[in-house]
Amino acid sequence: MPPHHPHLLRAVPILLLCLAGGAVIGDAAADTVHVAVAANFRSTQERLARGFEAKTGHSLVASSGSTGKLYAQIVNGAPFELFLAADEERPAQLVEHGFAVRGTAFTYALGSLVLYSAKGIDLIDGPTALREGRFQRLAIANPEAAPYGRAAIETIRHFGLAEALSSKIVRGENVAQAFQFVSSGSADFAFVPASMVRDVGSKRVWPVPFELYSPIRQNGVLLEVGAQKSAARDYLRFLAGNEGRTLIAEEGYGLPGAEEGP
Amino acid sequence: MTIDWAPIVLTLRLATTTTVVLLVLGTPLAWWLSRTASRLRTPIEAVVALPLVLPPTVLGFYLLVVLGPHGAIGGPWEAAGGDRLVFSFPGLVIGSVLYSLPFVVQPLRNGFMAIGSGPLEAAATLGASPLDRFVTVVLPLTRSAFLTAATLGFAHTVGEFGVVLMVGGSIPGRTQVLSIAIYDHVELLEYTQAHLLSAGMLLFSFVVLVAVYSANRRLEHVAP
Repeated sequence: MPPHHPHLLRAVPILLLCLAGGAVIGDAAADTVHVAVAANFRSTQERLARGFEAKTGHSLVASSGSTGKLYAQIVNGAPFELFLAADEERPAQLVEHGFAVRGTAFTYALGSLVLYSAKGIDLIDGPTALREGRFQRLAIANPEAAPYGRAAIETIRHFGLAEALSSKIVRGENVAQAFQFVSSGSADFAFVPASMVRDVGSKRVWPVPFELYSPIRQNGVLLEVGAQKSAARDYLRFLAGNEGRTLIAEEGYGLPGAEEGP
Repeated sequence: MTIDWAPIVLTLRLATTTTVVLLVLGTPLAWWLSRTASRLRTPIEAVVALPLVLPPTVLGFYLLVVLGPHGAIGGPWEAAGGDRLVFSFPGLVIGSVLYSLPFVVQPLRNGFMAIGSGPLEAAATLGASPLDRFVTVVLPLTRSAFLTAATLGFAHTVGEFGVVLMVGGSIPGRTQVLSIAIYDHVELLEYTQAHLLSAGMLLFSFVVLVAVYSANRRLEHVAP
């Protein structure tokens, strides 16, 4: 996505803050921040971390897993300082139960769904391909546990194809598994996050319009363990800042309005 | 491409520690199970076998709750000044010991039972003390059971995933063992690294099992 000028202007104060923070804190005391990150955001997190580390001298350590498992670990004493979840419920619950700092939760990315084919089947017209049904298996993530699975079901329902496709749908435990079903050739199509697909824009990928499913708001929050650590807060600001947002968009996520920043 | 050795080193350290702990704790337990007429024998045998049938994530979740700072064990432990058990190496060892318990106790118990009471009674009439009998009669006769138990305990710990993921939290350099590193590579779509580590693990497991089976065969031939 090309950088938007309004974004640039909007992010200038945050950018300055980051630079100032980096200059002051980065040199004085390089810190290590431990981030718990939802599995779907892990590869984006790696890129963001490199940018943040180069800029501030701090380092980030990431542990990834499903949002539900990370939640259970945080509640039971995990040493994580930041939580980048794949939904908005879990960060809110952590704030409510006193495990996260009130007022720090914000949407760092909007999940965007694509229909993906690995066998080179043309998906320029995704809805038609779904309607014609000339395929054996369609992989989705478990709709009960994974927001992208729920979004996939909503999309299928939107086209009134829930019944027609019910015998063709295979469920992965999470989006990574749904993706593996397709990349291994076990399934023909999969609904996966745009962030997992390298060739967005090719005819093997049909980006599902945002209005077909309820928004997948991925919220981040500062955990109580990291409440006193300025580097942890710096990283949240970095995510919401221009550089972070540009990178997150490049990885295939949608962006929330800047007024929602931390 | 560079190989990150930290998960491999951590895994070997964990498997070694777990095996030593399991041999120390599992030997008396297996001996008791092989000799007792107590009514508790059957329920205890069932408890030992539970990790075979429980999904590792279930065991991991219970351990996370019990060993955590608000848990029945973790709470008093931390109140008494202990370091946090979960998300640490000691937590991984506790989880692995429970998870691999049947793989050590069952071969040992079978080995002890196979001796029968004859050789021990003979040694006793010759005036050997219980400890003497165990060291000079039981141990030599059950070498192959000990080898099997130690190897299965070690190999099973190396291959462990669900428990360590839940209790350990996949912290690089601290609790991220080999199987979790592989899982992370797959999640990150880094299939090359995942293949490399997986192939290494497959080869390692195969070599270990072949070595044990051939050593066992030799020991069986030597045994009286």
